Amino acid sequence: MTSLAFDHVSVRYGQRVAVHDFTDEVASGEWLCLIGPNGAGKSTLLRTVLAQVAHAGDVRADGTSLRSLRARPRAQLVAHVPQVPVMPDDMSVAEYVLLGRTPYIGHFGHEARRDRQIAHEALVDLDLETMAQRPLVELSGGERQRLVIARAVAQQAPVLLLDEPTSALDLGHQQQALELVDRLRRERRLTVVSAMHDLTLAGLYADRLALLYRGACVASGPARHVLRAETLSEFYGVSVRVHHDSDGTVVVVPRRTNAEV
Amino acid sequence: MTAATAFDAVDPQARRRTVWLIVGAGAVLMAFVAGVTVGPAGPPWWRVLLELIDRLPLVAVDSGVTERQWAIVWEIRMPRVVLAGLVGATLSVAGASYQGVFRNPLVDPYLLGVAAGAGLGATVVFAAGRASTSTWWVDPLPLAAFVGGLVAVTLTYLMGAAFGAGRSSTTLVLAGVAVTSLATAVQAFVLQRHNDVIRQVYSWILGRLSAATWDDVRLVLPYVVLSVTALVLHRRLLDVMRVGEAEAQALGAHVERIRLVVVLAATLGTAAVVAVSGLIGFVGIIVPHAVRLMAGTSYRLVLPASVLFGAAFLILVDIPGRVLTDPAETPIGVVTAFFGAPFFLVLLRRRAVAS
Repeated sequence: MTSLAFDHVSVRYGQRVAVHDFTDEVASGEWLCLIGPNGAGKSTLLRTVLAQVAHAGDVRADGTSLRSLRARPRAQLVAHVPQVPVMPDDMSVAEYVLLGRTPYIGHFGHEARRDRQIAHEALVDLDLETMAQRPLVELSGGERQRLVIARAVAQQAPVLLLDEPTSALDLGHQQQALELVDRLRRERRLTVVSAMHDLTLAGLYADRLALLYRGACVASGPARHVLRAETLSEFYGVSVRVHHDSDGTVVVVPRRTNAEV
Repeated sequence: MTAATAFDAVDPQARRRTVWLIVGAGAVLMAFVAGVTVGPAGPPWWRVLLELIDRLPLVAVDSGVTERQWAIVWEIRMPRVVLAGLVGATLSVAGASYQGVFRNPLVDPYLLGVAAGAGLGATVVFAAGRASTSTWWVDPLPLAAFVGGLVAVTLTYLMGAAFGAGRSSTTLVLAGVAVTSLATAVQAFVLQRHNDVIRQVYSWILGRLSAATWDDVRLVLPYVVLSVTALVLHRRLLDVMRVGEAEAQALGAHVERIRLVVVLAATLGTAAVVAVSGLIGFVGIIVPHAVRLMAGTSYRLVLPASVLFGAAFLILVDIPGRVLTDPAETPIGVVTAFFGAPFFLVLLRRRAVAS
């Protein structure tokens, strides 16, 4: 039940502008998906929410500037599913999901019974409870992705950031992961901001898309407005066909440019 | 709820940890008894054992150990064993902590240049004139060693971070080698200018473990207690750091403060024990890795278990040094390097194979 406001956010890496004057308001329970070509600034924008990059402007959760918070209270508001999570081979599934309780434990404290309870529920919720004692190295790609989401669930933060949550997964697991996020969002009224490459999936699950190009937001709104053939060809430099299904689904299909047959 | 085991009131991991800590405490006790009973001079070992039992409350055994013989045990062997235990515990837990905070399994207080920096700090104090400091309120020697060690580890870290940028764990080790060479070179230069203190400095570098007294124990004890306590308190946070600094920060860990406090505490402990034990390499690598192989990789286990097994290890390793080549002693650093160098190469190879 927390809204997330980007207020004129800009990021510079030396001379290069990574994010330019991004302003948006993600309503409580809404799913915003950032799309755009590689290097457009999607991940950088997510990292401004975590206060991991220096930025002009401000990112606020329910009016509180996230940058002004200490790491612990900020982690109680925002959970992050990284693009390439660090998963130590010999750490167990149980140990990994318990890391999600870090924001609620004092500097020298230890997990209380309640923290174990919540971590266990997160594993049950993501259908991982039977592998609690397994080392991470034994997990499949789909199980790993579910586990990282389970850690974010255990974190109980109202804002969930997903950086390319499906890029390492096959089609079935992509759908499974996004269905999962969507279910969690509805059950727990999470505000979700994701960065995604697959435009069709992005349009299918997100309420709203924001198209970034060279750090600037060039189009924003529901999928049917943002995913237009001419827009995509302009900013991605590709030739695509955009198909609108009768149920409102927008399908983006690449076109062969040098078809000889 | 068959699968709830990991989160039950009694966490199986916690039970495992308790078992290993009991095993570690047993190892310390056995090493202690062996260290006190075995030695070239003094009463036969079984008489010392009887005497030790006799000294337990509510037990009376006639050991046949005379007052003079007991003095050998109490004044010569006992401080040496206790000091070896303190040194082993500190070097092991400091090594494990450096490995955790730098997320690099190949580092220890020696490879990071801490020991060489501490040696340089101490050399400067000797060169400046040890006699003039005898009236000071605090002995400047451990403090100078601490500052030297801290400067060295900071340099190593900055160089490793600047050139390696997290790409390879060997970059940090190479930076440590460079810092060690630099510190050693500066030390040689200082010594050349102050010939008169060379003997003092070298006897300090080689260590006084073989001539340990209760005064040495008293000198290091406060630093060791402070350092080991601070490090063991960070065991859960070092587990959080295992997922990397960015994720640890996103999970709410105060990464900069953890890194600062852990490095300060580990360096303080290392500098203090180096001041009494001299250069003893590889303990900080052998013991934590042996613990990981035997018992598990969570720092909640690795840190306290390294304290115990490190103490037991160094007490035991010190025994052949004083018995085998009697009467001339083999320095303990030679013994640990003899075991440690091959062990380090095996680790290096395992990492090369894994990546």
